[in-house]
Amino acid sequence: MTDAEIRAVALATLLSIAPEVEADQLRGDRPLRNQVDLDSMDWLNFLLGLHEKLKVDIPEADYARLITLDDVVAYLQKKLGAG
Amino acid sequence: MIEFKLPALGSDMDEGTLLEWKVGVGDTVKKGQVMAIVDTTKAAVDIESWQEGTVYQLIAEIGQKMPVGTLMATLLEAGETAPAGVGAGSLCAPGIPLRGQVTAKPMPTAAPAVAIAAPAAAPAAAPAPATRRMVSPAARKHAEEKGVDLDRITGTGPRGAVTLEDVEAAAALKQAPAAKVADKAAEKLADMRKTIAAAMSRSKREIPHYYVAEDIPLAKALAWLQAANAQRSMAERLLPAALLLKAVALALKRYPELNGYWRQENGNAGFVPVAAINLGVAISLRQGGLIAPALLHAEHKPLTLLMQELTDLVKRTRAGSLRSSEMSEATITVTNLGDQGSLAVFGVITPPQVALVGFGRIAERPWADNGGLKVLPVVTASLSADHRVSDGHRGALFLLELNDLLQRPEELDQ
Amino acid sequence: MSRKLNYREAMREAMHEALVADPRVFLMGEDVGRYGGTYAFSKGFLDEFGPERIRDTPLSELGFVGAGIGAALGGMRPIVEVMTVNFSLLALDQIVNTAAAYRHMSGGQFSVPLVIRMTTGAGRQLAAQHSHSLEGWYAHIPGIKVLAPATIEDARGMLAPALADPDPVVIFEHAGLFNMEGELPDDWTVDIRSAKVRRVGRDVAIITHGGSLPKAMQAAEQLAAAGIEAEVVDLRVLRPLDTATIAASVAKCHRAVVVDEGWRTGSLAAEVMARIMENVFYELDAPVARVCSEEVPIPYARHLEAAALPQPEKIVAAVKEMLG
Repeated sequence: MTDAEIRAVALATLLSIAPEVEADQLRGDRPLRNQVDLDSMDWLNFLLGLHEKLKVDIPEADYARLITLDDVVAYLQKKLGAG
Repeated sequence: MIEFKLPALGSDMDEGTLLEWKVGVGDTVKKGQVMAIVDTTKAAVDIESWQEGTVYQLIAEIGQKMPVGTLMATLLEAGETAPAGVGAGSLCAPGIPLRGQVTAKPMPTAAPAVAIAAPAAAPAAAPAPATRRMVSPAARKHAEEKGVDLDRITGTGPRGAVTLEDVEAAAALKQAPAAKVADKAAEKLADMRKTIAAAMSRSKREIPHYYVAEDIPLAKALAWLQAANAQRSMAERLLPAALLLKAVALALKRYPELNGYWRQENGNAGFVPVAAINLGVAISLRQGGLIAPALLHAEHKPLTLLMQELTDLVKRTRAGSLRSSEMSEATITVTNLGDQGSLAVFGVITPPQVALVGFGRIAERPWADNGGLKVLPVVTASLSADHRVSDGHRGALFLLELNDLLQRPEELDQ
Repeated sequence: MSRKLNYREAMREAMHEALVADPRVFLMGEDVGRYGGTYAFSKGFLDEFGPERIRDTPLSELGFVGAGIGAALGGMRPIVEVMTVNFSLLALDQIVNTAAAYRHMSGGQFSVPLVIRMTTGAGRQLAAQHSHSLEGWYAHIPGIKVLAPATIEDARGMLAPALADPDPVVIFEHAGLFNMEGELPDDWTVDIRSAKVRRVGRDVAIITHGGSLPKAMQAAEQLAAAGIEAEVVDLRVLRPLDTATIAASVAKCHRAVVVDEGWRTGSLAAEVMARIMENVFYELDAPVARVCSEEVPIPYARHLEAAALPQPEKIVAAVKEMLG
């Protein structure tokens, strides 16, 4: 999967949780939760959605590394490559 | 004869609009079975029956807005026969409302609704509000024909009366579907704001609040959680919220004066404790506003179940499909700001409840311990409580109990 | 070919025609003969038809209306002229207790084919004993028909069907209309059953009769300049009221203003409003309003008299208030 494809999946997952998000307004290099109002339940559902769509397991210990959308894409790419 | 009346789904609800009947005349209804879906200003709520019986009459009509306590239907108890002279299906054909003037929307053909204006139905007539809205007769008639909800129209006639022109404008708007949806959402939001405003104003007017707070170190709780989550699939992982909620429920068992209702009846006012601990969980909605549906019997539920129910409750709250018992039975409210929130929250009690527990953001903070300084994850827990029922000393002890429970996380999972 | 004439001429023509057409017709009243009629409606009649058929009477309304009833019962077709509605109060006993009741009391054996004409209304500085509008009282009485011709056509056309009617007919002629000129169409035959829409509109129905009709028409013109299209309904027949025409107009316009020169309390306007409520309540988009005379004896002073009566400006104001 290319980075662009992974980003598209991540955005689709995000939109299913926060339908008010305008994808082109999101900055990939800024903390996601500063830009989108996601509470802890939303965040959990976001990661769960990524897990279900990409079959990638995200250990809780890694949650702290996922701050920006770019972080999420890079993390998932690495996981997919490794798998 | 069992009377099925519109229940109050929370203290801030005065009226509801019938959206759908889930049963038909002649159906056997079990206890807890969903009878109808009613729109409160906050959500579409499934209304359950509290008794078993056979549906005899469906009195409320689809689209009817009615005050709390309105007789919606009657049920026959087992072995009870229909009263003479009042046949269930004989007074009118299914689907034909006799009291058509209150039908705001056309009745869906799928709904097996039978409206029978039986003599027993007299109390169903809505009492006239103190100030009746001025709607011209022609506007009222036209609105009925066009399926326009008069309550959503601003009157432009003399003295603010709703006129034919207002209804026509609303009907035209209705035909532009996109505009309508946006409009409805905005109106819904405005309604919710009004409801919250009324409940919170009443709370601050009537309830003498006191506030106490306690910083609770969560190192042990979070370590336990991390270990537990490592064993779990992603879908089963627990949030710290589950631990906090369970700890609140268990602490309340020792402080029953915080769990229940302040009741005012026939001039007598007083506190009525409730045995079950039903935690009202404040859930914010994406479009604004909040609802606090209840996690029932939280004190008895293991963490996995509590987490599942919490996830389900959040999902259904945001989808607008809550059950009546969840809307009406919270005995205390918990507001948890989560990891995006501020450091502490001192909430406004939801009447007739008498307490609210607030959790701020879990954050690493310097922590003095045994003459030294450490950095620990800490949460500030607060209690807003009704001084008519409890005193600050008991409130403080409750928070200490909460602290104590959170230092023994393994015991919370029971 | 239509032709131009005034209300007075139209009414004179109507009586002349009746006198020529039917030897049973005769005219009776104060000053109808030698003086030619208080309002000159019968000028020249005495010379043309003679004192047998154009009869001056003493100042005794009770007496000569009673004589008219007797003549009608005896097979004549009398036209009795009462100078004003105020004076007709002296004849109320004959009109209400005898003329209106006779068919009923005789079990249908006798009828009273009598026409009583009287002047009504204010506007000429004749003060509180010559200016009142009491046609609403007559419209209250079963057994008589009550007409209010307010156009040239009705002034010309209503008398013939009134004379042909087997029962007493009271015709109210508003003094303010007598000099009004208008076109009389070739076919001026009219009925004495229906109300008529005199101006077609859609925003408000102005329902009126008699001397208030021209005022309502003026008000409608002023309203049209403000973009409000008023429909004007002329009741014409005050008893029995043509409820269907009133209801149709209100159902179309969804608003109604009733204009009546009578006093508002217990008035004909009140009856029209009641019928609107009874028949077309669910078509109303605003409470029905009315413009009536102030509840005072009609004043003598010109400005006070004008202030006491319905005027176009008052009608316009009532409509505008209703439209918000």
